Amino acid sequence: MSLHVYVPGDMNSVALGADEVAGTLAIEAAKRSMTIEIVRNGSRGLFSIEPLVEIETANGRIGYGPVFPEDVKALVAAGLFDGAPHALCVGKPEELPFFKSQTRLTFARNGITDPQSFDDYVAHGGMKGLARALELGPKAIVEEVFQSGLRGRGGAGFPTGIKWKTVAETTGPTKYIVCNADEGDSGTFADRMVMEGDPFQLIEGMAIAGIAVGATFGYVYIRSEYPFAVAAMRDAIVTARKRGLLGKGVGGSAYDFDMDVRVGAGAYVCGEETSLLESLEGKRGLVRAKPPLPAHKGLFGKPTVINNVLSLAAVPYILAEGFDAYRDYGMGRSRGTMPIQLAGNIKNGGLYETPFGVTLGEIVNVIGGGTDSGRPVRAVQVGGPLGAYFPPALFDTPFDYEAFAAKDGLIGHAGVTVFDDTADMLKQARFAMEFCAVESCGKCTPCRIGSTRGVEVLDKIAAGEDREDNLVLIEDLCNTMKFGSLCALGGFTPYPVMSALTHFPEDFGRPKARLEAAE
Amino acid sequence: MSDYSAWSPEKAVEVIAAHADKEGALMPILHALVETFGWVPDEAVPLIAGILNLSRADVHGVLTFYHDFRRHPAPRHVVKLCQAEACQSRGSRALTEHAEQRLGMKIDAHGHGRGEVSLEPIYCLGLCASGPNALIDGRPHARLTPARFDALMAETVR
Ligand SMILES: Cc1cc2nc3c(=O)[nH]c(=O)nc-3n(C[C@H](O)[C@H](O)[C@H](O)COP(=O)(O)O)c2cc1C
Ligand code: SF4
Ligand code: FES
Repeated sequence: MSLHVYVPGDMNSVALGADEVAGTLAIEAAKRSMTIEIVRNGSRGLFSIEPLVEIETANGRIGYGPVFPEDVKALVAAGLFDGAPHALCVGKPEELPFFKSQTRLTFARNGITDPQSFDDYVAHGGMKGLARALELGPKAIVEEVFQSGLRGRGGAGFPTGIKWKTVAETTGPTKYIVCNADEGDSGTFADRMVMEGDPFQLIEGMAIAGIAVGATFGYVYIRSEYPFAVAAMRDAIVTARKRGLLGKGVGGSAYDFDMDVRVGAGAYVCGEETSLLESLEGKRGLVRAKPPLPAHKGLFGKPTVINNVLSLAAVPYILAEGFDAYRDYGMGRSRGTMPIQLAGNIKNGGLYETPFGVTLGEIVNVIGGGTDSGRPVRAVQVGGPLGAYFPPALFDTPFDYEAFAAKDGLIGHAGVTVFDDTADMLKQARFAMEFCAVESCGKCTPCRIGSTRGVEVLDKIAAGEDREDNLVLIEDLCNTMKFGSLCALGGFTPYPVMSALTHFPEDFGRPKARLEAAE
Repeated sequence: MSDYSAWSPEKAVEVIAAHADKEGALMPILHALVETFGWVPDEAVPLIAGILNLSRADVHGVLTFYHDFRRHPAPRHVVKLCQAEACQSRGSRALTEHAEQRLGMKIDAHGHGRGEVSLEPIYCLGLCASGPNALIDGRPHARLTPARFDALMAETVR
């Protein structure tokens, strides 16, 4: 039997040199006349040790990382293929505190299996959710998802079960399942990791959604910045058809479901659900006014379930283990687990799945290990470009939709981006306005014109021109955008801007905030 | 570097026809044209409009809405530097200044057509724990430093 060697094929690991590592490993093995089988697994999700090379031994998998291409020769000479000790050896990866302390429901297989092996998928618990869904039937599936407490992971946190029920109650015949894989928020990569590292799970989730609401076709709309995810989903769909997860008679049942991949084209606003539907229809990504809801009139005017990747990927677990297994995790109205993404200037950057309720401080300082630069943390942006900047004084905020809202912030897609004390918060506020100006779909004035004005006014503040007057102007402008915008691009851009001004006034030429001073 | 075909209306019609039967065919068609030719000339607009039975204005509107659809011949090499927040927190602003100096051009969303190299912004590649990041001729690169950037450019532009 040949030796199994795991070298992640995920985009982040490849960006760090994993392809070259795999290539050199193959050459070194050939030199020694060894037969090795290199499996391109997904990433386990701790990027400070990627590329993580794992060797299958009698004692389980032994990891080495980070292994850069130039390290490979010496590592092999030191006995890598025997799992020998070495400075880069991290032992059994699952024993590392970063992994051991997680509750991986959605990411249970990620980094462990071969993402494109359907047999691996089934051997590690895949297809159980579909099997139980078929026993339950459509009505009970919707009830199960509702009872699990699952809320949309794309940002708005709307109960998934209610959305499905609305679509289930519409009359067909044509309905659609659309998976929102636009993941445009900076600091987020969980959707990408699901698609690259466990694509069948998303397909299974979409098939279950189709059966539940009476839809026979689905699309996954993936941003063009994710070429690896596009390829992984396309390949997995072909396999899923061959193995009966897609196509006529899903899983041997009487239900049909098939799906296709569509690729975005570099527009952030196309992550907004109605803009995404327009784009899928082959139009400009202009946001639609609601109502009608996509659940009633969605893609091509048909009833449509549109859900984030993580929402749909949570479904197989919920069906397989029962709604209570999921619902019993979490706090308040935030049930289950959240794949939190630790990003930016953070030591242990990566994917950390955990029940809701962990505090922001624990996430940043304990799990994340503080900044990567070793300097003090100054600000943390939670929820992507439309999310607020929090100072360390708010680190006691628990990760929960309502708790973040109470502090004028949002969880969004659970990206946590850390900045050290070199950050200039006026610059960050300016960027938020600039990004809104670049990405605005142009439909409403407060967003389109307001954001451009915002950049100008912040530039004046930076230059020290009529500072107080311009600060009042920025606050007014933010209010106009907040209440006069059709969607959250214009409506939420005030979050990063106002939070920067509120918590870091000294960067805008105002006296230091009391919150920070009290610390 | 990608090997693109020279623009030809005949070939374009083939590419368009191959996707014309899809639901919402316009986006897949524009992507396919960019994959084939590296860009979508204005000349393609009436061809697409004719086959899909849309107005030229509709096609033009979509073509110009999305950042990805290049409207000038592609440069030989495309460097897309991430400009989003998580990369900012890891030094992307300084790296961008360095890249602008090294390449002798400003970073520009509309790209630098026809030339040898184009320096363009991209907003997040989903590699946010190991920035600053770039996509160089479609390949991802993480943890860039000025020195690493120069080394990659030396390999890319010979
Ligand atoms: C500007 C903007 C960008 C958005 N981007 C995304 C995105 O990239 N992915 C996503 O799932 N939802 C995104 N959303 C939220 C979607 O509109 C929608 O709420 C979501 O797809 C619903 O799925 P869920 O209920 O499973 O979260 C965005 C919203 C706005 C206003
Ligand atoms: S707020 Fe901005 S992005 Fe949203 S609909 Fe209005 S113009 Fe378009
Ligand atoms: S912010 Fe640069 S890769 Fe996400």
